Amino acid sequence: MSIVDWMPFSVLLPLIAAPVCALLPGRMLPWLLTLIAVLASAVISALVLPQAVQAPLSYHFGNWPPPIGIEYRVDAVNGLLALLISMMALVIVPWMRQSVNQEVPQRQGPFYALFLLAMSGLMGITLTGDAFNVFVFLEISSLSTYALVAHGTRRGALLSAFRYLIMGTLGATFYLIGVGLLYIMTGTLNMADMAERIPEVADTRAVRAAFVFIMVGLGLKLALFPLHRWLPGAYSNAPSAITVFLAATATKVAVYVMLRMVFSVFGVEFALSMPYEEFFLVLGGIGILYASVQAIGQRTAKRMLAYSSVAQIGYIALAVGFVSIDGLTAGLVHLFNHALMKGALFMAVGAVVYRLGSNRIEDFAGLGREMPWTMLGFTLATLSMIGVPLTAGFISKWVLLQAAIADGHWIVVGVVAVGSMLAVVYLGRIIEAAYLRPAPEGRAPVREVGLWFQLPMWVLVLANFWFGIDTSLTLGTATRGAEVLLGVGP
Amino acid sequence: MDLLGHYNYYVVVILMMIGLYAVIARGNMVKKIMGLNLFQTAGFILFISAGKIIGGSTPIYREGVELYSNPLPHVLILTAIVVGIATTAVGLALALRIRETYGSIEDEELVEDDGEDWSFGDR
Repeated sequence: MSIVDWMPFSVLLPLIAAPVCALLPGRMLPWLLTLIAVLASAVISALVLPQAVQAPLSYHFGNWPPPIGIEYRVDAVNGLLALLISMMALVIVPWMRQSVNQEVPQRQGPFYALFLLAMSGLMGITLTGDAFNVFVFLEISSLSTYALVAHGTRRGALLSAFRYLIMGTLGATFYLIGVGLLYIMTGTLNMADMAERIPEVADTRAVRAAFVFIMVGLGLKLALFPLHRWLPGAYSNAPSAITVFLAATATKVAVYVMLRMVFSVFGVEFALSMPYEEFFLVLGGIGILYASVQAIGQRTAKRMLAYSSVAQIGYIALAVGFVSIDGLTAGLVHLFNHALMKGALFMAVGAVVYRLGSNRIEDFAGLGREMPWTMLGFTLATLSMIGVPLTAGFISKWVLLQAAIADGHWIVVGVVAVGSMLAVVYLGRIIEAAYLRPAPEGRAPVREVGLWFQLPMWVLVLANFWFGIDTSLTLGTATRGAEVLLGVGP
Repeated sequence: MDLLGHYNYYVVVILMMIGLYAVIARGNMVKKIMGLNLFQTAGFILFISAGKIIGGSTPIYREGVELYSNPLPHVLILTAIVVGIATTAVGLALALRIRETYGSIEDEELVEDDGEDWSFGDR
């Protein structure tokens, strides 16, 4: 079997493992099966990416050639994303074990099954080359995510999950209606096939309506300002492990679908005939400023980081708003790098929640001495978040600024600078509490967390520095991906 | 004639707006889910309408029939209906649990109380 034949198994293995996992008793077995499935998926993704960068790989389900059959089509863009999702899952699964033991003490089989479903859904969205298939996988991952969020230990988790369900379903249905209109106009659901037929019918109201429906639907899914209202609640109330996973992967995948639909299906010319740039530049810019200011006012660390995620999505939106190689490269690099930094930050906060049972910022007081390694990891990830040189965050902001300057968007340069300063303010609150304030009197001594928490977090923290220095994987693949999206180069 | 010819699509638009309005304007969670259902159903009808081909026969291969209706949208919507049912089930289950813990399913009366301590193991 060649690598192309193995490719679909990065989606199928977690999908097949999920029902088995739901039936497994106890705590050890479901976790072990999850780890194996995720590991297999990550290995396949890692083997696929180098080949997909050379030339797109295509797998035909049931040997039905596209456009009749469903096709998995992997190029530099979704190859990178599939690697990101499976690698993040691989890092998170070892981390989540103790945290899940505490937050979900009973019936862990179904919990891990939901996690596997969510992951395979995200992988499926990424790999598939069929617009309707995207909807199906979108709902597989979303439905399991709603249930996962509802597993949170606070009662607010139920409410957040319900609100997320309403918003998420609206978003998915908007996308479905958009795809329906496109199907009516083109008679196909295969993305490559659609792209060929759209130019003939591009100047019709139906196709323009489809574009808007798809943009709004995916905007809800990726929490683009002002459609972000579901995100802070869902992130702050979900179990810590799920927060890490969602923050690192879920919104990224929605961004990918949006890029794929805009550039590979509708095409650059069509996008530019719509108010595409204004849409992303204005909403992205306001999103960065609004969410950063909101983040400063939050009382809990998770909610603060959630607002920070909304702001970071603003950066990605700004980047894809520039229809240029540099802009799209910046967007793709930031997708990847933001997953690394937010993953590390949420892991550090998750470790604190594990020990303290609280994530109020005032409760971080004195933790710099009592949990030195966790807080050091948090601080280093913070540097990447702010964009200090030698970190991954610096690379993304650097590429973004280059793209902005090349296009002469000086306001964007200002927004990015202000956003970074606001990030210093809100992330600084936790660091200030941890290192400069004494532990509250009467609190029992807090022990540092064990290796299961430390190792995965440090892998991500060090990855932040690795990809800040050696950018051949991220920047190289992202540039190639941007070329694929814009249809230039080989 | 044009009005009658596009009858399905008018129904789609009207249903969609009723559904969306209910989701946004109604505070009651069960009503929100009903609105969501209407909204999804509108999307389904849009797809199904596209499958009808004027003068087309049922899509079963047989002698003497040249023009068939398009069966693909029906298959797609079967999947989407299953998704819709799953969404409704999860939504209603959540509403039930919310009712048990908060004692109300009116959205305005409920706040995602932030900042309180996390209590482990009581649920």
